[in-house]
Amino acid sequence: MAIEINGTPASAAPLPGQCLRTFLREQGNLGVKKGCDGGDCGACTVHVDGKPVHSCIYPAFRAEGKSVTTVEGLADGDVLHPVQQQFLDNQGFQCGFCTAGMVMTAASFDDEQRANLPRNLKGNLCRCTGYRAIGDAVCGNHSETNQPPAKQQPGQLGDDVPAPAGRAIVTGKARYTLDVPSEQLPGLLHMKLLRSPHAHAKILSIDTTEALKVPGVVAVFTHKDAPRQLFSTAQHELYTDDPDDTRILDDVVRFIGQRVAAVVAESVAAAEAGTRAIAVEYEVLEAVFTPQEAMLPGAPALHGDKDAETARISRPDRNVVAELHSELGDVEAGFARADFIHEHTYRTQRVQHVALETHASIAWIDDDERLQVRTSSQVPFLVRRTLCRLFDLPEDRVRVVAGRVGGGFGSKQEVLTEDIAALAALKLRRPVQLEFTRTEQFTSTTTRHPFTIKLKAGATRDGFLTALQLDVITNTGAYGNHAPGVMFHGCGESLAVYKCDNKKVDAHSVYTNTVPAGAFRGYGLSQMIFAIESGMDELAVGIGMDPMEFRLRNMVREGDEMLSTSPVPEEDVFYGSYGLDQCVKLVADALDRGRERYREAGLDDAGPDWVVGQGTALSMIDTVPPRGHFAHSRMEVLPDGTFAVDVGTAEFGNGTTTVHAQLAATALSTSASKVLVRQSDTDLVEHDTGAFGSSGTVVAGKATLAAAEELAIRIRSFAAGILQTNVASCVLEDGAVESRGTRKTLTELFEAAQEAGIELAAEGRWGGTPRSVAFNVHGFRVAVNTGTGELRILQSVQAADAGVVVNPRQCRGQIEGGIAQAIGAALYEEVHVDDAGRVTTDILRQYHIPTFADVPRSEVYFAETSDDMGPLGAKSMSESPFNPVAPALANAIRNATGIRFGELPISRDKIYLAIRNTQAKDHSLAGSGSGTRG
Amino acid sequence: MDMNTIEAVVPTTDPADWREGDAWLAGGTMLFSYGSAVLKRLLDLGSAGWPAIKVGPEGIELAATATIAELYALPDQPVVREYAVKEYGWPGLDLVRPCCDSFVASFKVWNMSTVGGNLCTSLPAGPMISLCAGLDGTATILGPGGSSRTVPVAEFVVGDGRNVLAPGELLRSIHLPASALASKAAFRRLSLSNLGRSGVLLIGRLGGPNAGEKALVLTITAATRRPVQLRFTAGDLPDASQLAAAIDDAVPEALYHDDIHGLPEWRRDMTYRLAEEIRAELLDPPNEGGAEAAVSGDFWPPQRPARKEA
Repeated sequence: MAIEINGTPASAAPLPGQCLRTFLREQGNLGVKKGCDGGDCGACTVHVDGKPVHSCIYPAFRAEGKSVTTVEGLADGDVLHPVQQQFLDNQGFQCGFCTAGMVMTAASFDDEQRANLPRNLKGNLCRCTGYRAIGDAVCGNHSETNQPPAKQQPGQLGDDVPAPAGRAIVTGKARYTLDVPSEQLPGLLHMKLLRSPHAHAKILSIDTTEALKVPGVVAVFTHKDAPRQLFSTAQHELYTDDPDDTRILDDVVRFIGQRVAAVVAESVAAAEAGTRAIAVEYEVLEAVFTPQEAMLPGAPALHGDKDAETARISRPDRNVVAELHSELGDVEAGFARADFIHEHTYRTQRVQHVALETHASIAWIDDDERLQVRTSSQVPFLVRRTLCRLFDLPEDRVRVVAGRVGGGFGSKQEVLTEDIAALAALKLRRPVQLEFTRTEQFTSTTTRHPFTIKLKAGATRDGFLTALQLDVITNTGAYGNHAPGVMFHGCGESLAVYKCDNKKVDAHSVYTNTVPAGAFRGYGLSQMIFAIESGMDELAVGIGMDPMEFRLRNMVREGDEMLSTSPVPEEDVFYGSYGLDQCVKLVADALDRGRERYREAGLDDAGPDWVVGQGTALSMIDTVPPRGHFAHSRMEVLPDGTFAVDVGTAEFGNGTTTVHAQLAATALSTSASKVLVRQSDTDLVEHDTGAFGSSGTVVAGKATLAAAEELAIRIRSFAAGILQTNVASCVLEDGAVESRGTRKTLTELFEAAQEAGIELAAEGRWGGTPRSVAFNVHGFRVAVNTGTGELRILQSVQAADAGVVVNPRQCRGQIEGGIAQAIGAALYEEVHVDDAGRVTTDILRQYHIPTFADVPRSEVYFAETSDDMGPLGAKSMSESPFNPVAPALANAIRNATGIRFGELPISRDKIYLAIRNTQAKDHSLAGSGSGTRG
Repeated sequence: MDMNTIEAVVPTTDPADWREGDAWLAGGTMLFSYGSAVLKRLLDLGSAGWPAIKVGPEGIELAATATIAELYALPDQPVVREYAVKEYGWPGLDLVRPCCDSFVASFKVWNMSTVGGNLCTSLPAGPMISLCAGLDGTATILGPGGSSRTVPVAEFVVGDGRNVLAPGELLRSIHLPASALASKAAFRRLSLSNLGRSGVLLIGRLGGPNAGEKALVLTITAATRRPVQLRFTAGDLPDASQLAAAIDDAVPEALYHDDIHGLPEWRRDMTYRLAEEIRAELLDPPNEGGAEAAVSGDFWPPQRPARKEA
């Protein structure tokens, strides 16, 4: 009655309560992924006797006597299953963590199922792609199966070069953080964390006696075992950007879900049992849950025990982590000149990243006595720095590696598992693994910062801004990781994109006894842009002007000073290129065409109860984070005449690996397939600040381009010596150097260099400055049912100014993914915290992220620009597509219903109730003016 | 997820085997989805061998262990096409697929999850509760010592996640009576997201124990913490305002469910709206002078693959 896995009977039998996924992974089928562990995401989909099931909710013993097929067993030898080939051909993935489940699900489809993907793919969640590429992959043309792509790929700048990891991803062979075969880490121990049930409490005692008696438990760590050194889980080039307010294990807990103790055991089950056996005595302290209350005198001071200067907390006694007060010009005078003033308080909610791979790491001590950490991180080099600081280790005694990372979105710009896993490994001298559950992701990692934004904005009748005033309060939760950065960045480009002589900002980032907020795609901008772009729309409506026309009059043009909270522009931000005007036009034209399409198809009347509207919003972002962002790349010729480039930056679906290969290939006159990228390992290069702030292309890519250009010169110089000619005559071609009719292949040159003791290698570095600006403009047409609150997105358009687009397909994918994630944040998602500070939305069924059924196919357009600062004219384009989406949607709903929704998410129930309440006031929607534009 | 506290799996259908720390295991999709830190044994119904679905002149018998996939396939089964539909005419079967599609869970999960499991989980949005209550289903419950009792499904669920099962009792089956299946059905559902979790799900039926009868039964689920049924006899069919008044009486404010899947105020207003749409569809059909009934939400009118051939 053995379980047959991919045709071979398993040698072991499952445990009584084991789910099939864990069993399959134990048997070496690491392509079967754990995304949610609750049956919601479908990443673990396998076939049992030919039927697709979610293996995480399939009792393993039920598979006895049955035949299981995993993604590893789908291909016929080296011949991919048609669906695998289609996912490869259409690049139906980004991070790839959902891909095995997608492929296994789609492989079970018949034609009828393929014809209804919203229904049949709703059990497969993807957080990266926005589903367009997945839909194309699932419905790929069967006749092309197993044929080489028709188009020859020159593999350089501007081509849709496929991701190098594509084949590994569609076959389940790509290795994510925990996909380490068990024989490689003998004696692996597992860690589970006991977490606080109290929002604010002092730990009086922790009794670990019973826990240590649990069979299999090896050790229990408490605050007594943790270094005194305070740090921040946030990771930046300069650790001083964030407050030192966190301990690995603290004797005070400040939110429900904070670590209290760590149990390390021979199995996950024993570690879990160990956490249940720990007895903790708490002194419950008064807690505060809203930033407004937390700033009041007498409120409990979460970090009142810390010194403002040494911990870098603005006012610990008032829970203020960071604050900003600025006034350019004179807003009072500006408002006095205004013909119309809009005042509204906007609120954005807690949003979770929901990267499909949860936070996880493995730490061990290697044979050279070095601490090794394998982790799901966007910033392996910064993780190393933090570990060195915490454990007082020199950098050469610590190596941090990221495998392929299953999604980030900012969530992995934090140290949330590595510190405690390393602590245990250092003490126990055995490998220790810590993997978060999906519930821990929701309750105990980080969220987007909730913002409360009091906006006051004035404009003249002829359409010019006179004053902008913002009172901003951000809720950073129990710890200040990213609190200053998100607040400052949020108040930056969102304001700087508009010309206005009078701008005033008062902003506070405030501690509360809730789950910490951290870095999230957009880094404060999405929240501020929601308020400001909603406000611009209201001003336009107020003075009776088309909102796009109003924006055109007030947005910065190339050469205008970009000012937000300082009277002088950022010293290193320039218009390396400018495409905002193009983006505005591209979106406006597309919306016009869309409206015409509906009219021609006779669909412009959606029926009784339905009202139609359109809305737009724009956004600007600096292409690189401020205060230094460093990258180092090392490039060499390989013996077979191809190239290898070592880079620091991690790959988590952002596609930078492909971009590196393309940039290098362009400089070396070859194709990307001949450039091997080795990455995200602190042993490979000197330093890399990491993949955040959209820096993967414009910083790390620039370093790689520099290394490749330098290598090209070295190759030509060396060849000139061999060919006894001058360098200028030596032309680097694909795989060879040619000079006046004589060719030397790179293989020959490599051998010659070896003999001569010369290394054909080069290095490149980039420090992230000067910086440029990138732009995104989004437009929506929506239909709203006034009787039920249902919302239909009729058209979604985004135009992006990404400079020279290195890889159009990938860049489009980044934009589509950003739109989908932003639609989730605009319409559905909210990490709900109850009155006691407890996160109640702790599984994916309570936290709805967009499914295939929720996401429209967006039209994506690119401005034609070339940037002076980015590599080969490219600009960043990863987090910014997210930023204009929510306000564009809110503006479209405003246009359709006449109602301003200033609070996210704009869920259907809230839409309905607002319409009902307005109708009750007005008796009729017709009275609300702007009405439909369908 | 792994249920790491489970020490044994015991194949049994005998409630006498149940003890503290045991859970009945049907498809496992809820138990393994939520996990547990207290359960010690799983009482496995996987080898119970209960026939999943039996169709006969008196109606349909759904074993608690019938999977959603089996139920979804029912309208296409020869026994229904050749026998039930032709002989008895069961338009009530139109409700089966819309209710299955109301699962937020994927069709893949339907290969394991069961009708009984959905009832026993007793969530307001449980679509098998909607279906079985809407069709006046009766649940048969086994107790220790060979005892058994029956409860209308509409009364089986008593609150959010709560039902009438005593510890150790086992849901054996659900009987859907032919009289209910023979009635004309209407369905309405709204969710906060496309194809998402039900926020409001109403089922209406027009018919009665005897052919040609015109009694109206309206079953409210998802909007309320437990199912609520309104019954109108043939001689006392409501107009719009009478229906609204009946809902006023039957559903106190506090009974509207409050969670992330819909504000209670929205659920309340949508209950009235969908109820009226159903009333209009069943009582004022266009061929009798009524206007085409409005259809809010998804999955209705039903696709009828079986009927085309019948």
